[in-house]
Amino acid sequence: MTDMIDRADEAEVLDRLVIRFAGDSGDGMQLTGDRFTSVSASFGNDLSTFPDFPAEIRAPAGTVNGVSSFQVQISDHDITTPGDEPNVLVAMNPAALKADLHRLEQGGTLIVNLDAFDERNLEKAGYTTNPIDDGTVAGFRLIKVPMTSLTKDACEPHGVKPRDAERSKNFFALGLVSFMYSRPIEPTLEWIADRFAKNEQVVAANTAAFKAGFHFGETTETVGHRYEVRPATLPAGEYTSITGNTALAWGLIAAGQLADLPVTLGSYPITPASDILHELSKHKNFGVRTVQAEDEIAAVGVALGAAFAGHLGVTTTSGPGVALKSETISLAVSIELPMIIIDIQRGGPSTGLPTKTEASDLNLAVYGRHGEAPLPVVATKSPADCFNAAIEAARIALKYRTPVILLSDGYIANGSEPWRLPDLSTYERIGVPFATSTNGTDSEGRDVFHPYLRDPETLARPWAIPGTPGLMHRVGGLEKQDVTGNVNYTPENHARMGDLRAAKVAGVARDYGPTEVMGDVDADVCIVGWGSTWAAIDSAVQRRRRSGHKVAWVHLRHVHPLPSDLGDILRRYKRVVVPELNRGQLCNMIRAAYLIDAQPLSKVAGLPFTAREIEHALMEGAQS
Amino acid sequence: MSDTAVTLTTKKDWASDQEVRWCPGCGDYGILQAVQQLMPELGVSPENTVFVSGIGCSSRFPYYMNTYGMHSIHGRAPAIATGVATARPDLDVWVVTGDGDGLSIGGNHLIHALRRNVNLTILMFNNRIYGLTKGQYSPTSYVGKVTKSTPFGSIDPPFNPLAVALGAEASFVARTHDLDRQHMMEIFKEAHAHRGASFVEIYQNCNVFNDGQFNNITKRSVRDDMMINLVHGEKITFGSEVQKGVMMGEDGVPRVVNVDDVGIDRILVHDRYHQSPSLAFALARLNQDDDTPTPFGVFREVERPEYASEVSAQVARASEKSGTPDLGALLRSNGTWMVS
Repeated sequence: MTDMIDRADEAEVLDRLVIRFAGDSGDGMQLTGDRFTSVSASFGNDLSTFPDFPAEIRAPAGTVNGVSSFQVQISDHDITTPGDEPNVLVAMNPAALKADLHRLEQGGTLIVNLDAFDERNLEKAGYTTNPIDDGTVAGFRLIKVPMTSLTKDACEPHGVKPRDAERSKNFFALGLVSFMYSRPIEPTLEWIADRFAKNEQVVAANTAAFKAGFHFGETTETVGHRYEVRPATLPAGEYTSITGNTALAWGLIAAGQLADLPVTLGSYPITPASDILHELSKHKNFGVRTVQAEDEIAAVGVALGAAFAGHLGVTTTSGPGVALKSETISLAVSIELPMIIIDIQRGGPSTGLPTKTEASDLNLAVYGRHGEAPLPVVATKSPADCFNAAIEAARIALKYRTPVILLSDGYIANGSEPWRLPDLSTYERIGVPFATSTNGTDSEGRDVFHPYLRDPETLARPWAIPGTPGLMHRVGGLEKQDVTGNVNYTPENHARMGDLRAAKVAGVARDYGPTEVMGDVDADVCIVGWGSTWAAIDSAVQRRRRSGHKVAWVHLRHVHPLPSDLGDILRRYKRVVVPELNRGQLCNMIRAAYLIDAQPLSKVAGLPFTAREIEHALMEGAQS
Repeated sequence: MSDTAVTLTTKKDWASDQEVRWCPGCGDYGILQAVQQLMPELGVSPENTVFVSGIGCSSRFPYYMNTYGMHSIHGRAPAIATGVATARPDLDVWVVTGDGDGLSIGGNHLIHALRRNVNLTILMFNNRIYGLTKGQYSPTSYVGKVTKSTPFGSIDPPFNPLAVALGAEASFVARTHDLDRQHMMEIFKEAHAHRGASFVEIYQNCNVFNDGQFNNITKRSVRDDMMINLVHGEKITFGSEVQKGVMMGEDGVPRVVNVDDVGIDRILVHDRYHQSPSLAFALARLNQDDDTPTPFGVFREVERPEYASEVSAQVARASEKSGTPDLGALLRSNGTWMVS
């Protein structure tokens, strides 16, 4: 097997490959996909992943509902999506075939675990005849491998019982595709030894299965030709592979360091946001405090209490949690304290599709509070981008003393991509000038502290934290008198305070810098995107432009308040298209703000856009 | 709780410049007086003190204290105070709540703050009515209570606040009432000194919507025969001639008896430091209505790890183990590769 690199020279070179591993929830497909990704990342490919799994922890084995998939695109050039249609589908059982065959490209490679296609499994998947023999898979390049029995045979010499051996069949599959697509094997062998170090038997079984899969490809003629995807020419630098939720956690830690503030997270477990809580709770050495609260409301209460006490208060959740936190977010708007609310959006309404992606909480983030309660909303566009998005959210929150909602989604949260490590010394520090002295005098000329005497430029109020002598003050949800912060119910004051809160948040847009128009500035059509649609839009725009069509594209980091130059930019185009994983929420905001005939391109299916869907919409519009 | 030198303040230092706006005659005035008078005795400073409240009449309390304060959201004060205390274990954090705020809309946060044993001094003003919303029955109103929302009488059985707190593993549980400033100050002082969550129920008269609710117990003329003063290590006796006491019945349920009938040896001795909450629980349930003698004082006080200091200890241990935080190392912690 050490001759792999030499032999790889004989392999046919592909510029990119999309492979989808599909099996039962218990088959270890996420692990398999993850390994294939890591090896490809360290090999130097650019890549993008899309884990796609059911909400049930273990749906009945062998059923379509229980199918868990992991799609990854690897490439020798810069890519942003996990690919539209897989070139290769690995189906570990009939249910996986049923769930995912329709995604496979025509003529694509289909690898099936032949052993799993028995009568019982076929019935569970709802097949009346065997799809391998009945013409269902005609038109694909079918590779039938009895993975279960070959794995058992390979494990037997190591004293592994057949039942235990069967659980290693995902490593057989990984070994096979590692051969077919010329992946280095050493990293995986090392990883197996390390990951399962506590159980020698498992190391032996997984190693044997992985090698058996590799050898099977090498020695039989079943798989035919080998392929190779060469390293991408990514910008020079040091890279790591990162998921969105990890990048968010690290971004929050970085923000705390840049502001020299301890981070306190209040959170309640919810899919797909829980990994941020898990990650942050590991890094207490950065002064991070994490409280797993009794509910979503308490979680945001903890964050707000910590903010009052002088910490960077953060809460992480998904849409249902944001709904519950709404009242506390309004209080934060009213008492004007910095806080970050992270919403990892998922399919809704209600429990909806907890493990599937959607971007339908934009209205909730921008408008979802009682009273006139404006706040800034920041959106992240990709897994690695989460790091900077978290820092940006913190910067706005701390500078303007306002809660900020950061929108991510399930696709970004669980997806991964290579990330060129940033030069941390280039990040501007975040200044947090706590108030330390009185700022006014009362009617009798005594020095007093006015908690609502604003900075004339930012309109932020002073942040005086407990422990500061002489600045004791009370804040609360009742309307406050301008300047003094005392309770005040007069109509004039309420109107003025509402104006001030709105002006403060509107003023955040002054910090954005000019909006970047990507692609062809002089095109007829301009795409306006936000969030994770970035990946599919990027591919679609590239394809359109390669085929000779002009396309302009604006992707928004700040979805509220909108950039002040956006209206003028969009008015230059004949056609404005807004692709969104919702029913046109940003599109409506743009129409309302600028009175232009922006067109929505909606998808609310629990799945990200494919590049093709966006490309088609652009083509159709161009013809009409 | 602050380990700095004793701070010298006067009662005036603790009163804010805001006009107190409770209804004339409200029991809240007496509680505010007791707290403001007590604070100088505690040797703490206004700048290191935070009052957090929810919503309701009692929750206006922070506006009147010259400390840091937050008048927050209905029911959420224990959660917000948990955030304050967890971020800053150096602060003295008080929670002011009522029977509706603390036991109805905020019941969940209250029990979890008690369970975690966050270093909070929780004062629950119990007037058995919703005052701010003008007179609906509350979760501590007795069955049959006729209010605006229960014209035919309430049918919901009430919570017993002390039993709820004990059930939530509260480490300090006490009761006092708004007519006895000295008793309030004594109890608040002990609650403040306790490390962990202290829960104090205060019988508080709402003279507008539920006037005289506690008259049968706390009025000066009946007090001696209706109030049982719990003193650690002493026999639980009461009455104008100390003729009554509390005895454990054979069924395990304590009863009020005439001391002469059973002999003083059979009268229970109060043990507020007992690890088991059984006695405290039984005493909390001694009075089932307003016509039976009611215990006051500290029911239970036990030591348990305090939440915020445990959080800080984990942070300190992690820092000790990993040394100076290194962001660059964190970014490389999942492995990296070079592209040249």
